Amino acid sequence: MAKFEEVGPHAPITESIRVDLVHPRARLGVTIRAVVAVVIVAIMLFPVIWLALTMVKTRPDAVAVPPKFIPYFPEGLLSDWCMVPQLNKDGTPKLGKDGQPVLKERDVCFDVTLEGIVGLFFERRTLTPAQQKQYMESPEFGWADRILLRRGLVITGPSEFVDRFRNSLIIAGTSTVLAVTFGLLAAYAFSRFDIQGKPDFLFFILSTRMLPPVVVTIPIFLMYRQLGIYDTHIGMILLYTVFNLSLSVWLLKGFLDEIPKEYEEAALVDGYSRMQAFRKVVLPQAATGIAATTVFCLIFAWNEYAFSLMLTSDVARTMPPSIASTQGAGGIEWAIIATASMLFLIPVVVITFALRQHLLRGVTFGAIRQ
Amino acid sequence: MTATTALQAEKVTPRHRVRRISDKTIQTAFILPTMVLLILWNIFPLFYSLYLSFTEYSVISGAPPRWVGFENYRNVLSDPLIWKYFALTGRFALLSVGLQTIIGFAMAMIVRAKFRGSGFITTLILIPMMLSPVVVGKFWAMIYNPTFGPLNYLLGMPPPRGPDWLANPEFALWSVVLVDVWMWSPFVMLLCLSGLKAIPEYLYEAAAIDRASAWFQFWRITLPQVAPLLMIAILFRTIEAFKQFDVVMGLTGGGPGDATELIAVKLYRIAFLGRFDTGIASAFAYIVLIIIIAISNLYIRYLNRLRGEA
Repeated sequence: MAKFEEVGPHAPITESIRVDLVHPRARLGVTIRAVVAVVIVAIMLFPVIWLALTMVKTRPDAVAVPPKFIPYFPEGLLSDWCMVPQLNKDGTPKLGKDGQPVLKERDVCFDVTLEGIVGLFFERRTLTPAQQKQYMESPEFGWADRILLRRGLVITGPSEFVDRFRNSLIIAGTSTVLAVTFGLLAAYAFSRFDIQGKPDFLFFILSTRMLPPVVVTIPIFLMYRQLGIYDTHIGMILLYTVFNLSLSVWLLKGFLDEIPKEYEEAALVDGYSRMQAFRKVVLPQAATGIAATTVFCLIFAWNEYAFSLMLTSDVARTMPPSIASTQGAGGIEWAIIATASMLFLIPVVVITFALRQHLLRGVTFGAIRQ
Repeated sequence: MTATTALQAEKVTPRHRVRRISDKTIQTAFILPTMVLLILWNIFPLFYSLYLSFTEYSVISGAPPRWVGFENYRNVLSDPLIWKYFALTGRFALLSVGLQTIIGFAMAMIVRAKFRGSGFITTLILIPMMLSPVVVGKFWAMIYNPTFGPLNYLLGMPPPRGPDWLANPEFALWSVVLVDVWMWSPFVMLLCLSGLKAIPEYLYEAAAIDRASAWFQFWRITLPQVAPLLMIAILFRTIEAFKQFDVVMGLTGGGPGDATELIAVKLYRIAFLGRFDTGIASAFAYIVLIIIIAISNLYIRYLNRLRGEA
């Protein structure tokens, strides 16, 4: 704020301060809220943190009793704290042959491994101990092979993960773009033109969201089989587009209603065509709404499980059913599942963070304005 | 002279031709793709499954559907187990939506205050709802695990003292509720937060001038103003609770026994496992749909009344 001497006594008052908000008690209140908020974040994110820790655990560490919480790098970060001298029965440190104390890992510590990450990308086969020894000595294996060799596994080829991930990107990405585009067009028409039976149309669009997936799955399954688009990308893209359309139309209509009609009318008077007015006047104004709608559609299409499980088998299967059915030889490979889940989470989180300002505003419209 | 030439030149530019598209055409062209998609993917399946619900049919048998009238509906409605699952789903919806509402609203009240990094923290809280529900189910199953799961350990109940949350019929439903609450409270928070942000500041200013207590401000300003959005959140979450499938499949698969056999899981089992009873599943699905629409209507009516008063 400019000083009084600079602006003088007759300068206009440009800002006001709510006295009740700068009171020390109010300020203390905000501090307490901030602390509580951080605690909430810690609790809410614990499962996600656990996911991240599991990513870098070996298979025995992932299911160790008691559970291991502290990652360390051998000879590196945190290893000083995690490796403690082993004690003899009389309490003296046990010494090795070289006279150095023998170290052991604390219960809560585990050393970081990339097994899960490598395991996610490659198919593996178990080796006999003799083979393992022979392979370990062979120089022709790269770092990724060596990580698995240490566990007695050899890479036999790329896993299906990359395919599934690509399917998810194609299907969720395309269907989100389509849902937002078609939704925007329909929302514009509903917002700007007098359409006969408009409320009925809109309710019909909303009600499509209420259907339990199984009601539509069986007929769609039969229809897809008939049309020959069962287990195809195009089939899944269209399905997800339709399921996001209702949300997209409703949210975007709320946004477009907020944009004054006068803007376009002015543009029309200035010689723009309706299409040009839509492109050059309405679209930039609706950016926030488009962003928020995109996030919601993407989260749904990206994470959808039931349809993908029932309507795809191999060609077009997306990540969620694939993660859910990940099995290793003899037991669940938690590290691989965790890695797949984390890699799968990242795109959505990045996009949400990038658009978070829009998201907060975005939810207001469409919900409040009806 | 020059002006006329310019005008004539203008007339032959493509822009002018574009203008000849009438509003009516644009309107139709804009709505058409949405309508075609919705009709093909929703109306057709809806009527087709209505037809199937009156037939005996299995997608894997290859035999054509055989008309049986209301028999499927009679079978479903006279099955006491189905009613048990409906009651269970109702209990699940009540518990989980109730808790989500309270927790989501409380979180919104806390993060509504502007402090350094509050926007960042709000977005962090949203992360659970960005996860794939089935992954969430799978991973929470690990967290709940009585031997190597971190939950019992952190609660100070190392094995073998801690309960097996998912295998114990008493705790199983609560465990599913907890996961659902964890995942979707942020959604309620987001809706409440946008409601809170929309409350005009002058209401609080007036209350502050009148020296109204914080309690009074909450009951007379905050709650009534947020109520419509809160109701929308509750509506969405109730609809979703009746459709709950992914998390349960990942966590318990309906077990132990049938302690968490929600209707959506049962529906899947009838339709896609065992005998693939498409006819019965369709009839069952229709009953579920009618119930969801009835509940939604109750909510929407209440919501409209709330709006009318506000």
